[in-house]
Amino acid sequence: MDYILAGLKEALQLLLSFDRETYTIIFLSLRISGTAVLLASCLGIPLGALVGLHRFPGRGVITTILNTCFALPTVVVGLFIYLFLSHRGPLGMLGLLYTPGAMIIAQTILATPIIGALSLVAVKSVDPAITKSAISLGATRIQTTLAVLREARVAILAALIVGFGRVITEIGAAMIVGGNIKGTTRVMSTAIALETGKGKFELALALGIILLTIAFLINAGLYYLQRIRE
Amino acid sequence: MNPYAIRTHDLSKEYNGEAILKKINLQLERGRIHAIIGPSGVGKSVLLRLLNLLEEPTSGEIHFDGRALKENDRLELQRRMTLVFQKPVLFNTSVYENVAYGLKVRKENRRSILEKVRKALEVVDLKNYEHKRARNLSGGEKQRVAIAQAMVLEPEILFLDEPTSDLDPRNVAIIEELIKYINEEFKITVVIATHNMFQAKRLAHEATFLFGGRIIESGKAQEIFTKPKDRRVLRFIEGKMIF
Repeated sequence: MDYILAGLKEALQLLLSFDRETYTIIFLSLRISGTAVLLASCLGIPLGALVGLHRFPGRGVITTILNTCFALPTVVVGLFIYLFLSHRGPLGMLGLLYTPGAMIIAQTILATPIIGALSLVAVKSVDPAITKSAISLGATRIQTTLAVLREARVAILAALIVGFGRVITEIGAAMIVGGNIKGTTRVMSTAIALETGKGKFELALALGIILLTIAFLINAGLYYLQRIRE
Repeated sequence: MNPYAIRTHDLSKEYNGEAILKKINLQLERGRIHAIIGPSGVGKSVLLRLLNLLEEPTSGEIHFDGRALKENDRLELQRRMTLVFQKPVLFNTSVYENVAYGLKVRKENRRSILEKVRKALEVVDLKNYEHKRARNLSGGEKQRVAIAQAMVLEPEILFLDEPTSDLDPRNVAIIEELIKYINEEFKITVVIATHNMFQAKRLAHEATFLFGGRIIESGKAQEIFTKPKDRRVLRFIEGKMIF
């Protein structure tokens, strides 16, 4: 028990003394996952709106794929990205393997179906009369879609938060395509795994505290958003 | 200018094979208040949605300004008319944003939007409601916002689908006064679907009775209410038919 308490004490010291390595890992994690969620929202929100609001052939197939990909195993995504980006892979010439770029690609692939599927549910839950009202007030198809998205904004924001929570805590893909290189691709989840393996619990605990704090903030944010909706 | 804002020719609508509207031939004279009267479920709302181009007819044609509807004209025509729903459908934002929506999608400049919204809110007696959340208003206030939302666009035709069915007598009177004012002041053609004969009598210049998905009588409201030709209309006016 003592070593856990000692570890916690040192972890707090690392955080409070603004330890350079600790904060490099934290900011890199936030940058990679933040960029991935931004890209995933650019893909997932329009996709969710398209499938949720319009009827077209293949709509059911896309919905099923989105829902299936909702729970994509992170190591499988990591493996496929690795195969594509490795020297022998079709995108090997880009030289992205073991870079933050590769991690952003992997996390974008993980977050897109989550944001897409939750956005779909969000737009479908908007009163259909809103669509008719917008059209009746002279809105074009795109303006009508934007009006519905605006109505669903709280639920869509919740989708972004869930997506962010998923990618910032994932380890499989980050480890495979990032390689856990210090100062370059070492993020909170991979650093925790590494430091725990080495028996250096202080940094692992410090990062764990930050990850838990982020998870808490995410859940608090979701709770707050649900309160607003109610 | 064609004296008729809208004419329909054998307009029919089916849902899952069931005929809701059967060969509706309607002429809506410009600048008048038209009442579409009939019991619930007779197809009044469907007719308004067809005329407002929110739904496609199963068969038949709609003529605007004497011309048949062309697909390319749809948005332009839609922007010349607007529909106020039975239950006001308001966006989850401020009263100002709700009323300004139609002007914003038409890309009007900010100053013009501000002026028009303020004027419309003044007309519906919601002058200091700009920043209030629309969904927190009372039923009557919401319906007035919905009317302001439509009125601010200065449409040629205003469709009202049972605009007072859920309101108390005081709000009914306010809305009816507004409808008359909009028609007289802005020369807007008003088409109101209602099951309330007394409301139709108070407001309409022209009346059309729908029954079983068909028009059973149509003409000058005064004449229809005093000398109806159809016995079902007579029974309705005498209060023997429950609508």
